[in-house]
Amino acid sequence: MPLLLSYSVDDPNRVTTVKFEAAITPYLRPSAGVGAVMLQVLYALVPAVLAHCWYFGPGIVINIIVATTAAVATEALILRAKGSEPIPAISDFTAVLTAVLIAFALPPLTPWWITATASVIAIAVAKHLYGGLGKNPFNPAMVGYAAALVSFPVELSAWLPPKMGDLDYTHPSLMQTLRYTLTGDAGVAFDALTRATPLDSVRVAFAESRTMSESAAAPWFGDFAGRGWEWINNYIALGGMWMLFRRIIRWQIPVAVLAGALIPATIASLISPDNFAGPGFHLFAGALMLGAFFIATDPVSGATTPRGRLLYGFGIGVLTWIIRTWGAYPDGVAFAVLLMNMAVPLIDRVSRPRVLGRE
Amino acid sequence: MSAPTENLHSLPGGLRLPANKRLSNATQIIDVPVPTHLVVPLQQHSGETSLATVSVGDAVLHGSVIGEPEGAVGTYVHAPTSGSVISIEARQLPRRGEPHGICVIIESDGHDRRKTSTPPAKDRTALLAAVHAAGIVGLGGAVYPAAQKITQGLLSGIETVILNGVECESYITCDDRLMREQPTAVIRGLETLLDLTDAKRGIIAVESDKPEAWQALRDVGSRDSRVEFVQIPAIYPSGAEDQLIYLVCGQEVPSGGLPGDLGILVQNVGTSAAITALVDSGHPLTSRIVTVTGEGVERPGNYRVRFGTPIADVVAAAGGYNSNAHRLLVGGPMTGFALTDDALPVTKSCNCLLVTGPAVQLSNEPRRECIRCGECAAHCPVRLLPQSLYHYSSRHDHAVLAELGLKDCIECGCCDLVCPSHIPLTQIFRDAKHSVAVDSHAKQRALRAEDRYRAHIARAESRSAVVADAREQKKRAASADAIAAIVQRRRPKQSNDREV
Repeated sequence: MPLLLSYSVDDPNRVTTVKFEAAITPYLRPSAGVGAVMLQVLYALVPAVLAHCWYFGPGIVINIIVATTAAVATEALILRAKGSEPIPAISDFTAVLTAVLIAFALPPLTPWWITATASVIAIAVAKHLYGGLGKNPFNPAMVGYAAALVSFPVELSAWLPPKMGDLDYTHPSLMQTLRYTLTGDAGVAFDALTRATPLDSVRVAFAESRTMSESAAAPWFGDFAGRGWEWINNYIALGGMWMLFRRIIRWQIPVAVLAGALIPATIASLISPDNFAGPGFHLFAGALMLGAFFIATDPVSGATTPRGRLLYGFGIGVLTWIIRTWGAYPDGVAFAVLLMNMAVPLIDRVSRPRVLGRE
Repeated sequence: MSAPTENLHSLPGGLRLPANKRLSNATQIIDVPVPTHLVVPLQQHSGETSLATVSVGDAVLHGSVIGEPEGAVGTYVHAPTSGSVISIEARQLPRRGEPHGICVIIESDGHDRRKTSTPPAKDRTALLAAVHAAGIVGLGGAVYPAAQKITQGLLSGIETVILNGVECESYITCDDRLMREQPTAVIRGLETLLDLTDAKRGIIAVESDKPEAWQALRDVGSRDSRVEFVQIPAIYPSGAEDQLIYLVCGQEVPSGGLPGDLGILVQNVGTSAAITALVDSGHPLTSRIVTVTGEGVERPGNYRVRFGTPIADVVAAAGGYNSNAHRLLVGGPMTGFALTDDALPVTKSCNCLLVTGPAVQLSNEPRRECIRCGECAAHCPVRLLPQSLYHYSSRHDHAVLAELGLKDCIECGCCDLVCPSHIPLTQIFRDAKHSVAVDSHAKQRALRAEDRYRAHIARAESRSAVVADAREQKKRAASADAIAAIVQRRRPKQSNDREV
């Protein structure tokens, strides 16, 4: 009971004044907390996870379980070591989201120690060494992924072929997937199971002086950018649209990332269609869609002003296209994000909006 | 008499608040009985505290002057009923900042005899003097003395008068009820203001969630061709002065400036009705309409309350607290503040007493670190970056805070409400403003001390220079004397020698 009553001296039944507890205003129910927001981001990834399972088997689910366990355990340990209660911090779901994004970035067949290493680096180095939630200048998931990518390049470039009715590929069973994930040995020739990603295939094709139209004619190519891949990216876009609709993310970063990659891609492929992949390919291959909606939109490591977000996103898009076109790696989203993370303090400074009533 | 609603400019940011207006806007305004004791503060306005013009033991009538202005900005204070002054002492007041202020405590004689008053003359000077003498202040909450606001505007010329009937805060309905019940008084007050200022346009702005008030005003209308009626979208804080000007006129009040710089005068509809009451009867301002509302009060509604009435008496008139009573707020839930004691008096700025129920609870989620999501910036009506202000406030970096526009924060509370980390941003910015003020005060004191010290050193130096000079001269003079003396002493010797 917050009320303290004082009674009249003359009449002990009469209340004279009432004392209340103090409070700070505004005194209205605030909007959803960080935890609720992060949960919604996770919900938005569910369709893409299901599509991933459909086309590439159960590998991503195993990756998610491994990555989440490692991330949450790391966060709990570090918080313990810092002397704070881990449960309230873990319940903000930021570590889980980081883990799920790492799982998305890794191939469905990834040995567990690589997944776990990526998660531990993401949480321990990229997040908590900088001071924890809200203090990290770099996107933790991308730091974890980039560390794994430069440490284990062979394992991270081996993807599975998509399961499509008319394509005749061997697919690992659940047991084979589990066995490979746990031991690094699938029991069958690994090369029989894996394939290059469409981005890698096109890169190799260009290196071997084959034109884009030759790549596009290959049976794996599908409509835009590799069968299976295009569909997963559709579901990622669907999740992204839902987040936009729910105002969980703002439009500036996704639109700018896509524009940053697609504008140069369109120009280059118009000038020289045989030597450059078109915008459709860049949009639906690799991690551009995931980057635009789920990775670049990480608030902590991204720009915060409306104009700054446009600059930041556009930079990520352009860098992704540059790395994909001329870089040593088939995809460039992770490096593009990390490079633009470094520019955030400058971007935020130059893009401050004009305060109302000021010159 | 047009309604250029379609020409409105849209405000950056803002929020659609849960209105909670139905709770209190369905019933007529009720008079709260005169309490046995009234605690009338001598500062119920922004500006300097008025000087008491009565002494303990004096008899007063309803409307007698008990305080007169002192200093640049101030106004008169009147006795809200007849009786006798039993004490003049410092009491706790419902306001931010300094919690205590001098109050005249009046014991009511129960007769409520009014001091005879005559309507003021119609000429501009006399009317302006009457508004000043009647203690009329802005009743929207800022309580700036109305006559002084008008006079300051007249210095640069007033083109437009905006009557603020927006009332965008959650729960508050005192302006809504006033416009419904006394639309004529409101409109006539605007006409008086137009005559006083010679303005070309008079605009009554009403938020679109008050259709009854809008209809009541439109039904009365105005024969004055300068008067326009404008409906404002129900977005908080469109009723804040600078925000309303931007919405209606598309002009930005310069940072650190006043609406008068743009030739605009904004007054609340309650102030307008108070001016009409003055013009009709000569009565000074001794009461106001207060919304008593919230889930914790028995009969929510609007009440006419004399200044100085203890809040407890007002709540008692509204049926008292019920078992839901949880917190007591003065003003709305966004810009108001919580009181710990209901013995404090109602003042000219109390537009609302909100007794919240436990349902209006802040989230149980703990406060977290800022994740830089930028939702606060997206909702800031002055386009500040609260996430950056927060960052630099915690570092006490006053230079960057000034650059980011800390002083332009209108403390509306939108950022608090949308923050997913539940950081009490507005309170942090209030504290930061305070620490900047303290800091600049200390800096000025340090500068003055430095000036004094430099002057002291300069004086000391010049003094020592004078002394040294004198000493030097003395030395020189002394040595000249010594030489002369030696010469003198030697001369006779030499001559003696020669003589010898």
